[in-house]
Amino acid sequence: MNTAESTLTKTISDFDVQKWRKDFPILSQRVYGKPLIYFDNAATSQKPQVVIDALVKYYSECNANIHRGVHYLSGKASKAYDETRSKVQRFIGSESEREIIFTRGTTESINLVVSSWGRKNISEGDEIIISAMEHHSNIVPWQMLCEEKKANLKIIPMNERGELLVDEFKKLLSPKTKFISVVHTSNSLGTINPVKEIIRIVRACSPLLRRGVGGEALVLVDVAQAMAHEKITVRDLDCDFLAFSGHKMLGPTGVGVLYGKLSLLEDMPPYQGGGEMIQSVTFEKTTYADVPAKFEAGTPNVADVIAFGAALDYWNTLDRIAIADYEHELMMYASEKLNAITGVRLIGTAKEKSSVVSFVNDGLNALDVGMYLDTLGVAVRTGHHCTEPVMDFYKISGTIRASFLFYNTKEEIDVMIDGVKKAISFLKK
Amino acid sequence: MSRIFEIEKEIAEEFELFDDWSEKYQYIIELGQKLPPLDDKYKTEENKIKGCQSSVWLNSYEKDGRIFFEADSDSTFVKGEIALLIRALSRQPAEEIVKTELEFIDKIGLRQHIAVTRANGLTSMIKQMKLYAVAFQKS
Repeated sequence: MNTAESTLTKTISDFDVQKWRKDFPILSQRVYGKPLIYFDNAATSQKPQVVIDALVKYYSECNANIHRGVHYLSGKASKAYDETRSKVQRFIGSESEREIIFTRGTTESINLVVSSWGRKNISEGDEIIISAMEHHSNIVPWQMLCEEKKANLKIIPMNERGELLVDEFKKLLSPKTKFISVVHTSNSLGTINPVKEIIRIVRACSPLLRRGVGGEALVLVDVAQAMAHEKITVRDLDCDFLAFSGHKMLGPTGVGVLYGKLSLLEDMPPYQGGGEMIQSVTFEKTTYADVPAKFEAGTPNVADVIAFGAALDYWNTLDRIAIADYEHELMMYASEKLNAITGVRLIGTAKEKSSVVSFVNDGLNALDVGMYLDTLGVAVRTGHHCTEPVMDFYKISGTIRASFLFYNTKEEIDVMIDGVKKAISFLKK
Repeated sequence: MSRIFEIEKEIAEEFELFDDWSEKYQYIIELGQKLPPLDDKYKTEENKIKGCQSSVWLNSYEKDGRIFFEADSDSTFVKGEIALLIRALSRQPAEEIVKTELEFIDKIGLRQHIAVTRANGLTSMIKQMKLYAVAFQKS
C-alpha cells in the first residue's frame, strides 16, 4: 500500500460515522420502505437529538417573552437567549456579542445590510461587486438597491471549472466601489472561493479608493454553505459583515445571523420598526435602542435561537478537521464514481471544493433522474438551486446535486451511483 | 367516447395494480416515452407553460364541439403526466373539461408526490387546459 492509500484508509476508518449518525434520529427513517439517504444537506441539514431536545425543553419548561417580563420564566428565557448570542460571538471569533444580530436566515441578514447600510450609503453612480456564482439572495437585494439608487452592479467572472477570476476582480475595483458581497462556498458548484484574498485585495486598495470618492469599500461574506464544513472566524477573514443560517448547520429553521463590525452597526439606521428596538417612543419622536436590539424589532425567535445555541454546543464537541477530511473523501469518492459513468458531466470542478457534487447527463432531464433517486430513498436536489446565472453560464437548465455532511457514508453514495446508472439506462430508451 | 369520469376510473384502476411509488414512477415514465412528439411549430413561447424545473408546450384546438390537446415536455416524467391528462381531457366537450375535478390525480397518489412541490408544472398544466376550455366555451 502506498502512502496516499494508507492516508485515505486512515481518514475513513478513523472517523466513526456510525457513532455520529446515532445522534440524528431522522437518519434511521425509511422512505418507501427503503433506508433514507439524505443528500440534500446544502438545502438544510438534519438535526441532532440535542437540538430537538432543546426545542422541546424550551416549550416545556422555559417559554416566555424575553427582556421585558418581570417574572421568573421571562428571566430564564432572556438569559438563554442572550447566552446564545455569546455562543455565536465565541463561535465566529467576534470581539463583542453586540456584533451579533439574529435574523430569520442568510437571506434576511443580507437584506438587512442592503436596506440599512445600503440605502444610507449608496448613491447614484456607486458600484457594488458580487460574483458570478451568487445565490439569488445575494443578487436580487443588491439589484433592487441599484435600481433605487441608480448604482451599478459589477460581477466577478468565473472560469469553466467554476473558479472566480481574482485578476478580473482586481480590474473591477475603482474609486466608485462601495461594497463587495461575495459567497464563500457556492451552493450549486461547491467552489470554495478565495474570500480571504479578495478581502486582502480590497484592504490593500482601500487607501487608493479613498483618494477617489471617499469611502472605504466594505465586504460582506455569505458563509451559509461554509459554516457546516469548516471553522470560520471573522478574525481570520477580516470581513465587515458575515451572513449565515442556523438550519444549514444542524440548528432549527428560522434563525440566521448577521455579524457586523460594531462601528458599522452603530452607524446604521434600524431595519424594521417596532417593539424591542426602541429606547423611547412618543408620537413626535422615537429614539432607538443600542445595537443589537436596534436591529431586532418585535418578539424574536426565542425558541429557535436557544436551540441553535445547542447546535453550537454540539459543534464544539466535534473534531472539525477530521470532519472536513472525511467530507472531502466523500466528495472525491462520489466525483470519481460519477465521472466513470458514460454521459455524466460534473458541473463545478474547482480545485478548492466543498462536499457538493453537481452533475448533468446530456439528454436527460435532471428532474426525471432526481425523482427516480427519490423512489430509491435517495434525497437529492435538482434544478437551478437558486443560481440561475450559474446555469446560464454552463448553458444548462439545471443539475442534479448531492451534498454531503459528516453523517453520510460511502455505502450511501454507492446506492446513488447505482441509481444514476439505472436511471440513465431506462430513461435513455 | 367515454366521459371524463369513466376514463378517470380506468386510470385509477390501472394504478391499483402497482404496489409502490417506484412502480408508479416507472409506469409514468413509460407513458411519457410513448407520448407522440409535438410538432416543433407548436413549441412556441405562447404555448409554453413554465414550471420550476421543466417546460411544457401545450397546443389545443376545437373540432366538432370537442377540445383536443397535444403537448410535450423536456422531462419524460412530465410527459407521462401529460399523457394521463390528455387521455382524460382531450376530445371532451369544453363544459365537461371546465367542471371536472380530476380526482384521479389524488387517487393514484400523484398529487401527494409532486404537486405539493413546485418542481413540477402539473397544477399549471391543468389550469391552462381548463383556461383553454373556458376560452372555447366563450367563443
